[in-house]
Amino acid sequence: MLDSIKRIFSSEKSGKVAKRRLQMVLIQDRASVSPEVMGMIRDDIIQVLSKYMIIDKTDMEISLENVDDSVALVANIPVQNMRHHR
Amino acid sequence: MSEVIVVTSGKGGVGKSTTTANLGVGLAMRGKKVVLIDTDTGLRNLDLLLGLENRIMYDLIDVVEGRVEIKKALVRHKKYENLQLLPTSQVKDKSAVNPADLMALCDELRKEYDFVIIDCPAGIEQGFQTAIAGADTAIVVTMPEVSAVRDADKIIGELGRSEKDNIKLIINRIRPAMVDSGEMMDMDDINDILAIKCIGQVPDDIKVVTSANRGEPVVGESDSQAGKAYENIVGRLLGEDIPFMEFEKEGFFKRLKKAFKF
Repeated sequence: MLDSIKRIFSSEKSGKVAKRRLQMVLIQDRASVSPEVMGMIRDDIIQVLSKYMIIDKTDMEISLENVDDSVALVANIPVQNMRHHR
Repeated sequence: MSEVIVVTSGKGGVGKSTTTANLGVGLAMRGKKVVLIDTDTGLRNLDLLLGLENRIMYDLIDVVEGRVEIKKALVRHKKYENLQLLPTSQVKDKSAVNPADLMALCDELRKEYDFVIIDCPAGIEQGFQTAIAGADTAIVVTMPEVSAVRDADKIIGELGRSEKDNIKLIINRIRPAMVDSGEMMDMDDINDILAIKCIGQVPDDIKVVTSANRGEPVVGESDSQAGKAYENIVGRLLGEDIPFMEFEKEGFFKRLKKAFKF
């Protein structure tokens, strides 16, 4: 509702609107990753972290999330114990 | 040095075949030996745009399946004899050719021609992967519309994944009056979004339709803005430094005046 009122009163030209909308949607498009690639990222992260700590592989979550106009890789990885290096 | 160029877009209807035909004729006019390959199997059109639809004997599939030599399948242009077309089949589908086939074909044609230009089908499926396989350079054609620009971005991503890093952009069907009034994205806007080197902006021009009606690409027609734009793109492909043209901003009344000469 507010949006449509804004649109009626705003003098923003459609060319600028198009550019702004495209810049937003392309951030999401470019960040979308296939499940296979996501799986590869997950396996690599597990491999690296396992050098330093024992992690719970079954409960870990990794995803790409859109925050405002940027993209973040969000990982929640439960640590069970640290590996002690001398 | 010969160059294999694929003309692609993702979205259909933005002017891939028109661009291919115009660049082919334009390069031939400049004395280059050019072969155009239509890879839009099942939906062939390049023959029609070039006025060669009645001269086709064999096609891409016949060549790939070894029924006929490349030389026999090439159709020579009526006016420019250094321009040849390899049409595709209108009855087969895109799975009839695979990337390795096309790569081998390009390598063969490279020996004899200065430019091999491949007209790619719309979409990002197998036909696209086949069309880009043998190319050194990709020309992405887009239009100043949200769907065409989004699809161009997707195509640019796919080209990158296939390690095709030499990518150039053509913005087709620009309406200068709309750009002027802020109701259409201009070249700078699209450059900001896609970040790809633009080698041409082609205005929307009724001459593109009338020349297609006749099977004579518009390039080189001095009274056509689009024709001039294609000529400039050809020059840039040949390494010339040509500034982007200012479009004539003819309003309706000015055109009316001109028509009635008052």
